[in-house]
Amino acid sequence: MAFAPSSTTSRTVREVGETSDAGGGIHLPDTARDLVKILVAGPFGVGKTTLIDSVSEIRPLHTEEPLSEASAQVDDLAGVRDKSTTTVAVDFGRISLPGGVVLYLFGTPGQQRFRALWDDIAYGALGALVLVDSRRIDASFDVLGLVEESGLPYAVAFNPFPDAPRHYTEEQLRTALDLDADTPMVTCDARDADSSVDALLALVQHLIDRNAPEDDR
Amino acid sequence: MTGRRGGRPLVPAYLSTGGVARPSRPHLERLSVLTGAGTPAPAGLPAAQLALLDALDDGSLTVVEAAALLRLPVSAVRVLAAELIDRDLVLARAPIPPAGRFDPDLLKRVADGLRALKHN
Repeated sequence: MAFAPSSTTSRTVREVGETSDAGGGIHLPDTARDLVKILVAGPFGVGKTTLIDSVSEIRPLHTEEPLSEASAQVDDLAGVRDKSTTTVAVDFGRISLPGGVVLYLFGTPGQQRFRALWDDIAYGALGALVLVDSRRIDASFDVLGLVEESGLPYAVAFNPFPDAPRHYTEEQLRTALDLDADTPMVTCDARDADSSVDALLALVQHLIDRNAPEDDR
Repeated sequence: MTGRRGGRPLVPAYLSTGGVARPSRPHLERLSVLTGAGTPAPAGLPAAQLALLDALDDGSLTVVEAAALLRLPVSAVRVLAAELIDRDLVLARAPIPPAGRFDPDLLKRVADGLRALKHN
């Protein structure tokens, strides 16, 4: 299919590749009716983009979001070379589901200094899938704090890295993360599409369960 | 808006909106759907507004998709889109009906859709 790079779009849209649908573009399918979003939250390097990439029908896109002055003072740019302005990249992907539902996944950095950005992204979200890195469990504390403050329902996906220093039982993890008994926790290999979908399903099922009318409400 | 070396757009985000920092309408969400009205662009439309209008030629985009495509922050696209909406050049609709996000039927459709993905 001809896709002449125009001056306005050639740089950010991926090349039309063998895996793309007709046109390869990011325009919405005509069937799109309800657009919903789920946050994929976690510290840097935990696998947010990997998870989004494994299930997204478009290659994950990103927006560069400026951070506030307040955050610029404390933003840790160590290891980030050539960083001249303080922005953070927010990745997102999209899955068109049958029935006119389009699910967006937003990779959301979980540090407290991103609070304003977090609130903007979280607005209207169904819930959050919090990714926990088996090598750095404490790096997820900030994220869990933000999720809980924002009142978003969430599930925890534990991404086991092969070089993790030790193996945790589910009970140890729940204790370490101070999770409620009804907060779902699943193990998730973010590189694997089915595994990622399972983690998302655990969250959505949790949303259904907690919204189900019960006698005691 | 061809990217130059380093990948940044030639026009910085804060100039793309003509210096306007806040959109003229209350709230365009990241997932608000923008659709071109199909009317020809009037002469003299600012370049960034024209670029957004052009991007909608091939179909609808959410605010966040338009931002990624145009390499602008979401906040800038909100301003641009609001101006185009004010001039009836672009139509916007909310992603889901108000208060619809905990609609059991919607959640069930999301779950069913995700399950269908696995069996493909």
